[in-house]
Amino acid sequence: MAKQEIMTINMGPHHPSTHGVLRIILELDGEVVVNAIPDIGYLHRGVEKLSEDKKYLQVLPLTDRLDYLASGSNNLAYILAVEKLLGLEAPVRAQYIRTIIAELTRIMSHLLWLGTHAADVGAMTMLFYGMREREDILDIIEMTTGARLMPTYFRPGGVVSDIPEGFEARVKDFVDKFDVKINEYERLLTKNRIWMMRTKNVGHISREDAISLGLSGPSLRASGVDWDIRRDEPYEVYNELDFEIPVLPEGDVYARYMVRLREMRQSSRMLRQLLDGLPEGPYIERSPKYVFPEKDRLEDSIEAMIHHFKLVVDGLAPPVGEVYSTIEAPKGEIGFYIVSDGSSKPYRLRIRPPSFVNLQSLLTMAKGNMLADVVAIIGSLDIVLGEIDR
Amino acid sequence: MTTGWDRQNYQSEDLEQHPAVKALRKDHADAIVEVGSFRGEVTVVVAPDRCVEVLTLLRDDPDLVFDFLSDLTAVHWIDREDAPFDVVYQLYSIENKMRFRIKTRVKDGVEVDTAYGVWRTADWLEREVYDMFGIRFAGHPDQRRILNPDDFEGHPLRKEFPLGGQVRW
Repeated sequence: MAKQEIMTINMGPHHPSTHGVLRIILELDGEVVVNAIPDIGYLHRGVEKLSEDKKYLQVLPLTDRLDYLASGSNNLAYILAVEKLLGLEAPVRAQYIRTIIAELTRIMSHLLWLGTHAADVGAMTMLFYGMREREDILDIIEMTTGARLMPTYFRPGGVVSDIPEGFEARVKDFVDKFDVKINEYERLLTKNRIWMMRTKNVGHISREDAISLGLSGPSLRASGVDWDIRRDEPYEVYNELDFEIPVLPEGDVYARYMVRLREMRQSSRMLRQLLDGLPEGPYIERSPKYVFPEKDRLEDSIEAMIHHFKLVVDGLAPPVGEVYSTIEAPKGEIGFYIVSDGSSKPYRLRIRPPSFVNLQSLLTMAKGNMLADVVAIIGSLDIVLGEIDR
Repeated sequence: MTTGWDRQNYQSEDLEQHPAVKALRKDHADAIVEVGSFRGEVTVVVAPDRCVEVLTLLRDDPDLVFDFLSDLTAVHWIDREDAPFDVVYQLYSIENKMRFRIKTRVKDGVEVDTAYGVWRTADWLEREVYDMFGIRFAGHPDQRRILNPDDFEGHPLRKEFPLGGQVRW
């Protein structure tokens, strides 16, 4: 019998399949992975520390830069936490608009994931298809918010401006187009023999392991756990929508692919309902202590001027307390834990990033698989380093 | 799926009626330091040496099943002289769709028992708390820094750590 020798190799931080700056120290027995130790922190910017010295509104742009592929979701998670702290509720129209943006963001994030994941495994075409449809969503977000990747569009109490003319038609066009295009993706991959060989029975994780390791989002649902925060702890207008939660029991890379693909179909279904149900009304709750007054009122109302001045100088100050608020981001459960000491800056702001916690299960998934499968497994976890390192 | 979870009592104003608080009062009444709530989120503060015991009970109780550790973090209260750190556990029950928060107050330099044996999620989360606050966890399998480089000095999320970093020239 040949002598067993463990070889240690270094993957990343500049490896293209690590989607950023992730380094993994791999211990191999031949080509089989024995141990995989992720080394993270290359993108650490100290967002939590920075937030402690910023007013609540100034923290908002920082949240865009966590998961930069799904900024809308991060904004929403943060805004909902702040609203909970303030005891403020957005008008129904604002909640609809925010849900539309959040679901568009989910499709956008899943499209980029699908493209890069398929490209890692060797199917180049999907990347171009995914980027093509993602561009349409970016255009919609740009026409609404003025920015493509970092919208910073939500505010405590609503959204910063109403949706522009033609928004509904654009989203409707996109959804109509997307429902056809997604069949194209499926034709490319779902029954593709090479794709199936690379992904089926690869990177398996059991239901018990997944829960114990804190896996969340689509990756957890691909291990047979029926849990989605949108349905189980509904926020915004999700309780008015009719949608299904795709759950698969296999727990391999292929199952994670199928769950996300089906999720995109559900998102598009939700978008149709949201467009139909979008009510008229105010897009922001003008609560004088927490929300800026309309610009044109500043010229003829002294109260509006005072509120504006106070908000700029002092910022909004929530009562003393602490909240932990989570939403279902494209990557899993994103949570904001905010401790307020009654001042206009958060005393402590903790971000619970889904990618950070999800990446922990890499070893469980990769152990016993081949070196080449590690690339497929990282892809199937859908991580973003901006969020892991913060 | 029906469980012993009493939804009505969960939302009740009287915190003592909360099923998780009740369960803790029954078996670990001496471990509870304080029970409080804000915006409907219930927090129980427990003694640091009993913390893992309490967490295990909450996970294993057939009616509560807090099987998911959503988050583990710390807060530095620099003015609180006796025990300046809060270690905060955010629990979630997938079955009951309920959240619950456990907190424990610890002194600077005192080790907290690791929750790794209860949820494996705690591995990296505790490493991050150590990295950012310098709180050590007794029994943790791999107590290293995680986000900052290994030779970094200080713990950035402590309140005395300057926002601009420590300048040495």
